[in-house]
Amino acid sequence: MSHRRRSSIAAKRQARAPVFAALGDETRLSLIAKLCNRQPYSISQLTQDSKLTRQAITKHLRVLESVGIVHSVRTGRESRFEFDPEPITGIREYLDFVSEQWDRALFRLKSFVED
Amino acid sequence: MNDRIEKRIALKAPVSRVWRALSDYREFGEWFRVKLDGPFVPGQVSRGRITYPGYEHVKWEAVVQKMDHERLFSFTWPHPKSFGRADIPLDYSGEPTTLVEFRLEKTASGTLLVLTESGFDKLPADRRLEAFRRNDGGWTEQMKNVENHVSKNHVAQTP
Repeated sequence: MSHRRRSSIAAKRQARAPVFAALGDETRLSLIAKLCNRQPYSISQLTQDSKLTRQAITKHLRVLESVGIVHSVRTGRESRFEFDPEPITGIREYLDFVSEQWDRALFRLKSFVED
Repeated sequence: MNDRIEKRIALKAPVSRVWRALSDYREFGEWFRVKLDGPFVPGQVSRGRITYPGYEHVKWEAVVQKMDHERLFSFTWPHPKSFGRADIPLDYSGEPTTLVEFRLEKTASGTLLVLTESGFDKLPADRRLEAFRRNDGGWTEQMKNVENHVSKNHVAQTP
């Protein structure tokens, strides 16, 4: 792996703050629930049936954006936000992988101690 | 979202037997498939090498946390982006770690072993399967071979 590639990965890693932390908030989870249908939403639309102010919603969207779960797209004068499941499925895939490794290791342990 | 893995497995062996398989570094190495340099000592780094054919270059490095006799064995270990190559030794320092805990409970038929691995919330979002897949899918393939081998030899013992 070249030095350049290494540093670009490091930069990407740094830019992507922990996805779990970003999801550990009810408001942000409710925003995700709304954005899940893959339609881009404007901040006004997302603020509509929320008790929170436009500023608060914007702040939460920025947190989601910082970990890559949400992207903003500019249409004319306003920004619209859309959902990107990639970082979430990435982590789930990894968890599944580690989980499977444990299943196998514990199975070997079982054979080992029950022998 | 779930940031931990939890497994419960009933073992038909006394707690003392299971404890030995976990806490004795040679026995641990047998089933985990790792050759460890020395005994586990709480607060100290445990080092060794994976003993899987083709994966001998992969370093094992963990920090032993607790060894609560016949009750709890725990360590933290790194989740590096890749496991490196034989010619490029890998430095795990600075890599995010997770906490692995083995809890033992005595049951009527033997031991209930509860394994948890937690702290996945600290891992970067890009910590994924590429590193393993790059190895020609060899790791996964090896795992399957072993599983087939073990389950074949294990059928007779399974109730």
